[in-house]
Amino acid sequence: MENLVQEAIQNVNLQAIMPSLVLCVFGMAILMVSVFSKRGSTTHIAWLSIAALVVTGFVTLIGWNNPQAGFAGSVLLDNFATFFSMICIIAAGLTILMSDDYLRREGYPVSEYYPLILFTTAGAMWMASGTDLMTIFLGLEVLSVSLYVLAGFFRNQTRSNEAGLKYFFLGAFSTGFLLYGVALLYGVTGTTKVDGIAAYLMANPEAAMNTMFIAGGSLLLVGFLFKVAAAPFHMWTPDVYQGAPTPITAFMSAGPKAAAFAALMRVTIIGLDGLQSELTSLFWILAVLTMTIGNFIALTQKDLKRMLAYSSISHAGYVMVGLVAWNEIGLSAILFYMLVYTFMNMGAFAVLVLIGKKGEDNLTLDGVAGLGYKKPILGIVLSIFLFSLMGLPPTAGFTAKFYIFAGAIEAGYIWLAVLGVLNSAVSLYYYLRVMVQMYFKDPEEDFAWVSINGPVTISIVVSAVGVLYLGIFPHTLMSLAKLAGF
Amino acid sequence: MLDIYLPILVVMGIAFAFAIGSVILSRLIGVKKPSAVKLAPYECGMPLIGTAQERFSVKFYIIAMLFILFDIEAVFLYPWAVMFKRLGIFGFVEMGVFIIILLVGFIYVWKKGALEWE
Repeated sequence: MENLVQEAIQNVNLQAIMPSLVLCVFGMAILMVSVFSKRGSTTHIAWLSIAALVVTGFVTLIGWNNPQAGFAGSVLLDNFATFFSMICIIAAGLTILMSDDYLRREGYPVSEYYPLILFTTAGAMWMASGTDLMTIFLGLEVLSVSLYVLAGFFRNQTRSNEAGLKYFFLGAFSTGFLLYGVALLYGVTGTTKVDGIAAYLMANPEAAMNTMFIAGGSLLLVGFLFKVAAAPFHMWTPDVYQGAPTPITAFMSAGPKAAAFAALMRVTIIGLDGLQSELTSLFWILAVLTMTIGNFIALTQKDLKRMLAYSSISHAGYVMVGLVAWNEIGLSAILFYMLVYTFMNMGAFAVLVLIGKKGEDNLTLDGVAGLGYKKPILGIVLSIFLFSLMGLPPTAGFTAKFYIFAGAIEAGYIWLAVLGVLNSAVSLYYYLRVMVQMYFKDPEEDFAWVSINGPVTISIVVSAVGVLYLGIFPHTLMSLAKLAGF
Repeated sequence: MLDIYLPILVVMGIAFAFAIGSVILSRLIGVKKPSAVKLAPYECGMPLIGTAQERFSVKFYIIAMLFILFDIEAVFLYPWAVMFKRLGIFGFVEMGVFIIILLVGFIYVWKKGALEWE
């Protein structure tokens, strides 16, 4: 007993959780500032949150090339976790920059919004650094609970309520699946540690045929695949993405999705390494299914947020191609892709934030008719983001897809790469249709309500620079991603 | 081996037969003279005021939720108190941090006016 207590105390390594610790402390401090501030004044809260994210970013970067394990091996802050933490921090920063004016326009200047984003980010960082299924689950819960509130944030809007409730119910079920999977895996292997499961598989290769083990692993995967919105667990995505506040939609599609991919990668690549051949054939099917469903349903969407939701499903499919490849290029391409996707998708959503009217009923294909003439700058940046989402050079979307498919080809999955490229060709249609509306239709509106200023422009500029820079000079980031891979 | 439980089975059988038998018998041979008072859910006590399926004020839920929240978190103090000597200064600091987090939540609830009944 005495020894156990001593051991537990010695296992504490605050360095290993320092980034999320800093973020949580800031989150609580900002919450305190917000309740003592005047009701409805949120601008200073937003900037304080940005400051918190900058500090957290620096603290996170200290951990680069300086892996820290702690808490009896349930947390590992390695390059992989650092990379994904940075993606989440960047996504949270871009979200907060586009939020302040947006919240005021929609009539909800409520300051809890910002601490909730910070807590979501902290949860995402735990997920990325967790090496114990319980730590990953804890991170997932912190992330999800904050996101449920944020998705239903506009409490007098039916659509937002629907988004919050749908996300809550389905999310609660999926975490139930995940936890059930953890329980079954624990029953078979006697451990919840990711490397413990790997060691068990190494020692007992016949476990792969054990029904309990297969059931546990499958349930675990269901939980993760729900969070990354992969088919056939994607049904919630369009409704939630459409109903949630637009900056939150952007955030959900980048930060939490990256964190879920991080946890999925760590569990499959490290923990279930012994099942590589089975898992790759499973992911092969899921990747093709996800890409195809996302792209084909997106073709018929009139609502831009809904269209981007389906596009985000298809991008999850592309990312899973890297998981199928299971080699160095494929896996580091996932890291690369998630950062690039953060920039291009959040940039596109930031433009939508700018051109939306109160209630956002004009965010449809017809609503952007003639935008390219009335607001040329917005037209150009939105085109850049859409080109990147299509995967055309010289944008980062092209390089990201190139690396992903290169990984698949190197691993011998030629057909998967072919299907991926064909899917990209399908996606051209619905992205280009937005541009056709912007440039080849007569403007129905004068877009006089769109004023291109305020913090949201920072987030558009950062995203655009990121997309173009990573498209032309991808090597620096790719070599960093290779260092961060397993 | 199970036959030592046979008396229990017999008693259970008698109990069921008696219960079901008295309900059936009273229905068959009883006299029925219903009145409003007899049909009320409770024959004695307070007269009924409205139905039970009413809308409750949401304030009750908030208070109940806050109670559960702080109640459960306060329960964590007990195992810590039992282990206090063994955990030493580390446990003290940890619990201090925990209490501070609780306090932040409490201040938030208080300033938001969730504890006021207006």
